[in-house]
Amino acid sequence: MPLIRLANVSKRFGEITALDHIDLSIEDGEYVCVLGPTGAGKTTLLRTIAGLLEPDEGEIYIEGRLVNKVPPEERSAVYMFQQFALFPHMNVWDNVSFGPFIKNWENDKVERVTSEILDMVRLGGRRDALPSELSGGMQQRVALARGIASGARILLLDEPLGALDARLRVELRSQLRRLVKDQRLTAVHVTHDQEEALMIADRVVVLRNGMIEQIGPPHTVYSKPQSIFVASFVGGANFIEGNLAKVEDSGSLIEVRGGLQIRVSGRGGTIGERVVVAVRLEDVSVGSGEAVGSNNLSGRIESATFIGGSIEYTIRLENDIVLTSKILLSDAFKAYKTGERVVVSFLPDRCYLFPYPKIGLPKEIEAI
Amino acid sequence: MPEVKLVNVTKRYGKIVANDNVNLTIKDGEYVSVIGPSGCGKTTLIKNTAGIIRPDRGEIYIDGELVNDLPIEDRGIGYVFQNIALFPHMTVWDNITYGPRVRGWSPEEARPLAIEMLEMIKLSARSDAYPYELSGGTQQKTAVARALISRAELLLLDEPLGALDIKVRGRLRYELRRLVKDLRLTALHVTHDQEEAMSISDRVVVMKSGRIVEAGKPFDLYTRPNNIFTANFVGEANFLKGVVTQVSDEGCLVEIADGLQLMTDSRDERVGDLVAIAFRPEFASIGDNEMSNKLTGNVVDVIYSGSIVRLKVELTNGDLIVVKKVLGFQRTGFGIGDSITVNISPRNILMYPYPKEGLYKELALD
Repeated sequence: MPLIRLANVSKRFGEITALDHIDLSIEDGEYVCVLGPTGAGKTTLLRTIAGLLEPDEGEIYIEGRLVNKVPPEERSAVYMFQQFALFPHMNVWDNVSFGPFIKNWENDKVERVTSEILDMVRLGGRRDALPSELSGGMQQRVALARGIASGARILLLDEPLGALDARLRVELRSQLRRLVKDQRLTAVHVTHDQEEALMIADRVVVLRNGMIEQIGPPHTVYSKPQSIFVASFVGGANFIEGNLAKVEDSGSLIEVRGGLQIRVSGRGGTIGERVVVAVRLEDVSVGSGEAVGSNNLSGRIESATFIGGSIEYTIRLENDIVLTSKILLSDAFKAYKTGERVVVSFLPDRCYLFPYPKIGLPKEIEAI
Repeated sequence: MPEVKLVNVTKRYGKIVANDNVNLTIKDGEYVSVIGPSGCGKTTLIKNTAGIIRPDRGEIYIDGELVNDLPIEDRGIGYVFQNIALFPHMTVWDNITYGPRVRGWSPEEARPLAIEMLEMIKLSARSDAYPYELSGGTQQKTAVARALISRAELLLLDEPLGALDIKVRGRLRYELRRLVKDLRLTALHVTHDQEEAMSISDRVVVMKSGRIVEAGKPFDLYTRPNNIFTANFVGEANFLKGVVTQVSDEGCLVEIADGLQLMTDSRDERVGDLVAIAFRPEFASIGDNEMSNKLTGNVVDVIYSGSIVRLKVELTNGDLIVVKKVLGFQRTGFGIGDSITVNISPRNILMYPYPKEGLYKELALD
C-alpha cells in the first residue's frame, strides 16, 4: 500500500487550474521530487498533501486513510516553507524541541531526540545560538531538524534549498537525501532546479500546467523524455525541425534544412510528416577531420563558453542550423577556437523523435 | 568605456569589516564578476563602486577621476538590482524614459534614445505593456535598458539574474554579456552563482571575509586556482591530506597514507611539509592505464544527475573521493561495492599548504 495516494485530485483558483486530475502514489521511504516551471502547480500539490489546501475534486489518502477533511497537524506530514520559519526569539535547541515539547513527551525523551537530531544536522555545538546568529545554510538545517523532531513521517519540502547560495545548495543536496534515508522518512520535495531533482530523488514528477507530464526514476526521465517539454525542461536539448523522409528497420531518416539528412533510431509517423529531433547538448561531440557517414556534419565554432567543469560550444553547420555541444572537461580534453572548422556528430540512438507541436516549436519551449 | 580602480578600499559595519583593503582594477571594456559566499563583502564592493555607500578608507577612481565624494548620479553608471525595481504603474516606455524625464529632458530628446534601448532588448513591440504583463526575464531586461538610457558606460549589476528561474537565468546570461560587449560597456557583476560568473565574465574575482582571495580568467581560475578556498568554491574538488616525501624536477611526491602516494607537477613545497592536495572529479579517469598516479578503492555510492554520474569511492586508507564521468552510450557498469582503480595525471593535481585551522574550517561556506 502506498503511503500517500492522490486520486484524481483537482484544484482551481478562479480561472486557473492549478492541479488538473492528478493521480500519484508515493511509497513509504521514497524520496520524490516534483519538478516544473513557475506556475506549474508544484506548491499547490504539496499544500494539498499537507492539508493547507483542500482539493476541489478527488481524494487524498495517507497510510490508506482518506484525509481530505483531516487537519494538517493530524496527517503525520510536516510542511516546510521555502523561507525557513524559525522562531527568532528562541535558540536552536528550543526551536527544534518545540514540537516534542507541545506534544507533551517526557523530558528525557525530548532531550534525547533533540540532541540526536541536532547532531545529525551537525549543529550539536550551536544549540544555544539564536537564528540571527546563524548563516542561511545553518538556519535551513535547524528548520529541517525541527521538521524531523516533530515526529512526522512525511517531509513536505517546498524549495528547501531555494533561499541558499548556489554553492551551498549543491553541498546540502546530498545531506538532505541522506538525512531522509537514515531516518526512514518519506519526502516530497518541490523544486524548479532540474539538477537538484535528478540528484536527490528516487522518482521525479514533472509537472506542467497542473498536469503530470512524466513520472519516473531520474535516469529514465532524463534519458527517455516523453515530450519536447520534458526534454527541454529536464536537461535541455538541441531541437531540429525536419520532415520524416524514410522509415527503415533500423530507424528513420529525417530531412532537415539544406537537404541534409539525420538518422534517428526512433520510428513512427507518416512519410512527409513534420517532426522535431531532439539531441542532448552532451550527446553532440565535436572533432576534427572529414564529415563522413550519417550524423557527421561539418561546421564552424561560433562561440566557446567555459562554464566551470565543462565547455559549451555553439557550432554553425553548413545548412545554417546552429547546434550546442557541451563537453565535460577531462584529462583528454582538447579545446577548439572560435571560427575553427569542426565536425559534429551524434549517434542515432541518442536522438529523440517527436511530432511537431501544435502550438509551434518556439512556443512549446518558450513556456519554460 | 571607463576604467574602474579601487585602492585600499575598506568599509566597516560595527565590528564587521565588509571590505578589507580591497584593491581591484577593472579595465576599459572588461566584464568582471565578483563571487563569494554570503557575507563575503561582494555587495559592499559594488555599492562602494556605485556610490550608494562611502568607504571608510581608500580611493575609488572612475576613468582616472577620484569619485569618493561624487554622488551616484554623477558617476556615469547604470545600476541594476536583484529585485527588479520597475515602477509597477508605468509602462515599459515610461519606465525606460523615467531617468531622462526627471533630468528635465524634453520628450523629443528622450524619444530616439528610448527607441534605441527598446530595439537593443528586442522589446519594441511591447513598449505599452506594464511590468506585470511581462515575464521576470523581460522585466529584468527592461531594468537594464532603463539603467543604460542615460548613456552610462559603466554597468553595475547586483545579482541581476538572482530572482529568475534557473532556465531563464541561463538564457539571459548570454544576452547580458552580448549587450555589454556590443555597447562597449565596462561591467561589474556580483553573483553567488559561480557558473554564471564563469560563463559571463572576462575575469572572475573571488572574495572571502571582506578580502579578495584571487582573481583570474574563468578557465585559469578553475583549472589552476592559486588558493585552496577558490579550488573548493569554484566547482567541485576532492581534497586529501598528505606529506611531501620527495621533490624533484618533475614535481612533488605526496604521501596521503601508508603506501598511497601521489605525484603532482607542482613544486612549491618542501620535503616534510604538510599539504592538502586537490583534484577535480572530472579529471580522474577510471581503469588501469599507464599513468603514474593510481588510487584504488571501493565504490560506496553511485549518484546520477542527467548525463553525468558521480562515483563515491572509499580509498584503502578510508578517505572518500568523488569521480565524475559522462555516461556513454552504454550505461555505467559500476555499482556499489565494486573495486575500481582511479587515475589522475600529475598535472591535474593541485597542492596547497595544509590550512592551519584545518581543512574543514578553511573551506567552510557558512
